[in-house]
Amino acid sequence: MSFEIPEDLRYLDSHEWARVDEGHARVGISEFAQDELGDVVFVELPAEGATVTAGEDFGVVESIKAVSDIYAPVSGTVTAVNDALTETPELVNDDPYGDGWLLEVDLDDESELDDLLGPDAYADQIA
Amino acid sequence: MTLRQPPLAAVHEDGGAKLTDFGGWEMPVEFDSIRTEHEAVRESVGRFDVSHMGQLAVTGPDAGRLTNRLVTNDVSDLDPGEANYAAITDESGVMLDDTVVYRPPEAWSVDADYLVVPNAGHDAEMFDRWTAHRDEWGLDATVDNRTEDLAMVAVQGPDAGDRLGAETDVDVGELSRFEATVADVAGVETLLARTGYTGEPGFELIASADDAEALWTAVDCQPCGLGARDTLRLEMGFLLSGQDFHPDDDPRNPYEANVDFAVDLDSEFVGRDALEGVDVEGVDEQLRGVELVDRGVPREGYAVTTADGEPLGTVTSGTMSPTLGHGIALAYLPTECEPGETVRVEVRGEPKKARITVPPFLS
Repeated sequence: MSFEIPEDLRYLDSHEWARVDEGHARVGISEFAQDELGDVVFVELPAEGATVTAGEDFGVVESIKAVSDIYAPVSGTVTAVNDALTETPELVNDDPYGDGWLLEVDLDDESELDDLLGPDAYADQIA
Repeated sequence: MTLRQPPLAAVHEDGGAKLTDFGGWEMPVEFDSIRTEHEAVRESVGRFDVSHMGQLAVTGPDAGRLTNRLVTNDVSDLDPGEANYAAITDESGVMLDDTVVYRPPEAWSVDADYLVVPNAGHDAEMFDRWTAHRDEWGLDATVDNRTEDLAMVAVQGPDAGDRLGAETDVDVGELSRFEATVADVAGVETLLARTGYTGEPGFELIASADDAEALWTAVDCQPCGLGARDTLRLEMGFLLSGQDFHPDDDPRNPYEANVDFAVDLDSEFVGRDALEGVDVEGVDEQLRGVELVDRGVPREGYAVTTADGEPLGTVTSGTMSPTLGHGIALAYLPTECEPGETVRVEVRGEPKKARITVPPFLS
C-alpha cells in the first residue's frame, strides 16, 4: 500500500506533519499514521494559548482499537485548535492533511525545522 | 516465539488484512475498518476467520463422561446435533476458560463424539487437562487436538441465513440456537452450527483446513477481523477469556462473571462443590457494564471510582461502541453498586462521568 506524503510538509519520525508558513505552522498526523490507527473516535488537544515543545507529546489521538500520543514537530504557542474534531474526529481519517488538521502554532524557533524529515526521508522511514 | 498461522493466512495477506498477535496466533485484526466491518455485521452480514479457536475431538465410550466432568454445564444429555456453552473451572471454581461443547452428528467425517472448542491458545492446556483427568479417572476415551487441521469460519449478521442458505442445501433457517448439522457448503463438508459471538443471528462452520479457502470464498461477504469481533462481543457483554477473567491475573468464578446460567450444580464436575458454596453465599463483586456519559474511551486497566474518587474496580474490556457512539466497558464492581448509579472512569488521569449498567449494552 502506498500513502500520500505531500511534498510541501515536514515530518516527525512519529508520523506528525508540519506545514510551515511565515513563522507559523499547522500540525497534523500523516496518512500512514491514520491508517495504522484505524477509525479515529476521539482527539484530545491542548487549548489555545498553551505551549508545545518539539519532540514532546501534546495530546492523544484515539481510535477504536488504540490510544496514541501525538508529538509536537515544533515548539511554540498554540494559536488555533481544530474544533471540528470534537464532533467529527473521523476527519483525521478522511482528510489527514486537510480538514483533519490538529492545531496551529506560532513558532518559537524556526531553526527547529531543520531537525524534521523531508518527504523523501519520511517516505523511506515508512517504506 | 513463532506465531501460529491459520490455514487462510495467505488469503488474508492477499486481501490486505492488518494482522495481530492473538493468543499465539497471527490473525487479521482489520480488513477495511473496524467501523465498516462492525456495521456490516449489525446491518447485513460479515465473515470472520476464527481458526484460532481450539478444537479437541473426544471419542470413545467415556467421551461424554470425561467431558461432562470437566465443564460446568451438563453436556451428558446433548443429542447429536446439539451444543452448549460452558465454563471450565478448577477445583476452587475459578474459570480457566470458557467453551462451546458440540455433540457432532454421526454423519460428520471428523471422528468426534464430542467436540470441545476452547479459546485461542488454550488448546494445548485443555488437551493436557482432558488427558490427565482421563488417566486419573481411568476413563476410556481418546482426546485428539485437531486445532491445526481444522478451520473455523463465522458468518454473522441479520442476513447470514440468506447468505449461507444460498451456498448449501441445508435449510439453515431451521436451525435453532446452539444446534449443529453437517452441511455441504459449495462442495465443502462442514459442521455448521447456529452459534456466534456477535449478538446477531449467525453461524460458525468447521471444516478441514485443506478446504478453508474454498469455504472462505464460498461465503463471500464483508471480511471482518478481530477488531470488529471485539467491539461486537463487547456491545453484547460477552466475556473474552484471558481478559475478562484470567486464572492467575484476575481469577473469577462464573457467578462473578455473569455466566452462572452455564453452571449446572446437578452435574458432577471439577469445581462443582466450590461453586455450590458460591451459589449459597453469593459474591462480593460482579461483572457490570459501564457506559461513559462524558466523552472518552474506557480501556483495559482504567480505574472505576465513585464520584468522590473512591476505587470501585478496574475495567477489564473497554472500547468506543460503534453502534452507540459512546464509550462502553466491563468491570467487576461491588455487588452493592446499583445499575443506574453514576460513577467515574479515570481516563488518563481525568475522571469521566459514567453510568453502571447490566450488559448487554445493546437492547
